[in-house]
Amino acid sequence: MSELTGPVHETPSPDGAMAADSLAILLLAAGAAAFNGLLMLAGIWQPLAWLAIMVSFVVLVLVCERIGRMVPLRARPVYERSLALGFPALVLLMWQVAGDSGLINPTWFPQPSRIAAGLWDMIVRYDRFSETSLIGRPWLIPRYFSEGGLAGVWTLLSESHVLATVSRVFIGFVLGAVPGILLGVVMGINQTVRLMLDTTLSAIYVLPKIAIFPILMLIFADPFGEGPKILVVALAVFILMTINTMAGVRGIDRVYLMAGRNYGANGWQMMRHVIIPGALPVIFAGLRIALGTAMIVIISVEFLRAKQGVGFITFYYWEVLNPEKMYAGLIVVMMLGVLLTYLLQWLQRRMMPWQQ
Amino acid sequence: MAAGQNGSRPKIAARRVSKVYPTVDGSMVALEDFSLDVADGEFVCVVGPSGCGKSTFLRMIAGLDAISAGTIEIAPGVEPGKPLNSVVFQEYAIFPWKTVIDNVAFGLQMRGVGKAERLGRARYWLDRVGLGKFAQYYPHQISGGMKQRVSIIRALANDPEVLLMDEPLGALDAQTRVVLQEELLRIWEETRKTVVYITHSLDEAVLLGDRVILMSAQPGRHLATFEIDLPRPRTADALNTPRFAEYRALIWEKLSREVKRAMEQQQ
Repeated sequence: MSELTGPVHETPSPDGAMAADSLAILLLAAGAAAFNGLLMLAGIWQPLAWLAIMVSFVVLVLVCERIGRMVPLRARPVYERSLALGFPALVLLMWQVAGDSGLINPTWFPQPSRIAAGLWDMIVRYDRFSETSLIGRPWLIPRYFSEGGLAGVWTLLSESHVLATVSRVFIGFVLGAVPGILLGVVMGINQTVRLMLDTTLSAIYVLPKIAIFPILMLIFADPFGEGPKILVVALAVFILMTINTMAGVRGIDRVYLMAGRNYGANGWQMMRHVIIPGALPVIFAGLRIALGTAMIVIISVEFLRAKQGVGFITFYYWEVLNPEKMYAGLIVVMMLGVLLTYLLQWLQRRMMPWQQ
Repeated sequence: MAAGQNGSRPKIAARRVSKVYPTVDGSMVALEDFSLDVADGEFVCVVGPSGCGKSTFLRMIAGLDAISAGTIEIAPGVEPGKPLNSVVFQEYAIFPWKTVIDNVAFGLQMRGVGKAERLGRARYWLDRVGLGKFAQYYPHQISGGMKQRVSIIRALANDPEVLLMDEPLGALDAQTRVVLQEELLRIWEETRKTVVYITHSLDEAVLLGDRVILMSAQPGRHLATFEIDLPRPRTADALNTPRFAEYRALIWEKLSREVKRAMEQQQ
């Protein structure tokens, strides 16, 4: 009887595990420091930097894993966030130090501090020659509004590189996505249309969209105007959305279509209550990809032929050899991408409440 | 049969129905010369080995599959505008993008019933199967048993002339299945709908049905009909009675032969 009441498993005491982890962390950190220190003393840290960095990274991962095990459950989100944000911050810091100490050439890889300064300079600077600024100097809006009303504000906004890029992407995106989704639905439902168009669309799909740009410039009366730039974005988005929407519609489980029919849905009701919502997850996945493609296309077009835009200004600072501001341009592109992705996610949550 | 005896018009009349699928190597007969009359208010179960075309037959009654030969008629009721049939699908087929209550009200919505009325009727059915609390949930937030309850009351809220059920409990675990069988019995006692119920479970067929139709392995043909003369109202307790065991043994003797034949065909 007494045997049954005794403990069946030896669970290791949590305190013991924690002590072992603490010790391991100390040993690992000391080991990594000693390793780097020895290399430095021997004067071979610099040529072996890649090895030292790799070893240090592995040790850092091992240390963080052990810290993660010791973190209590309620502090877990804080731990995860600090890991997700702390590591990039650490990399930036190392970049800064490596640049300052001359380990990497700051001419090609300017330190984060210089990039930030460059970005700030771009924001506040107004180029009198091209009559442009990065974000349109929003701090001047009150003055321009009192002087020239809304038209004054408009002149201010139209000097913005960011706004030029964003409006091209936005207009092109809408102009491409709406007909793309419509055609995709038709191709998903109707086999004849699908057979007729599928081959052509697949062929255009693999074509780099930027390659169509010269043709579009040929078509438009003003080859350097906004028309070809917006249209090339629209075309890229259109092809992607057609293909994705078609896949989404075809992927709808047949049983939902049967249920819709059996419960008396007519053509329009079928579209609104079964086909569109059924294809929506794939449509949104397509929109995410299309957004990335739209950014690639617009930046390349602005590299090629533009007097304004984030792509133009990044390329311009290459021509005048100002690497900080080239990097700053890339940061602006990244921020735009993140912002637009958030916008799309917000739209997705609004339109697909069942997926939360 | 029950319909033929008392002379009234059957609710469902399927006459010499066949289903032939054209394939590259010639045609494949899924269902051959199958006739079935179902009386008004009768609960008919169809069993047979897998691949005998019983689901195809059900979809043909529902008008979701084309009939190759023969005719199927559902007699319209006295009330105009009532749908002839509603199907409860095996894979639930409730829409993941609609809330539970909107799923239940779907048939009514498609027929143009106003919002207040259709939601009222949906809520009535939700309360009746104990899902009132879950009206605003989405299907992915509820269990498989609940989903199939929603699927069943979506059909009942539509108030069709006949209810067509295609292995509705096939995907559920054994315990949930028994609970839902009892619930089905209870609801059927109260509504007395005409039901055609496809299942591969013999217990289920004998427990629920007034009549059990046995089908042969592919091509599906009518093999035998068994009148189940167990007293109503029934509960799951009927499963433990000697009469039940007799029916079960009687049908299984024939069915097991067909199942073996179907397995040999597939090899």
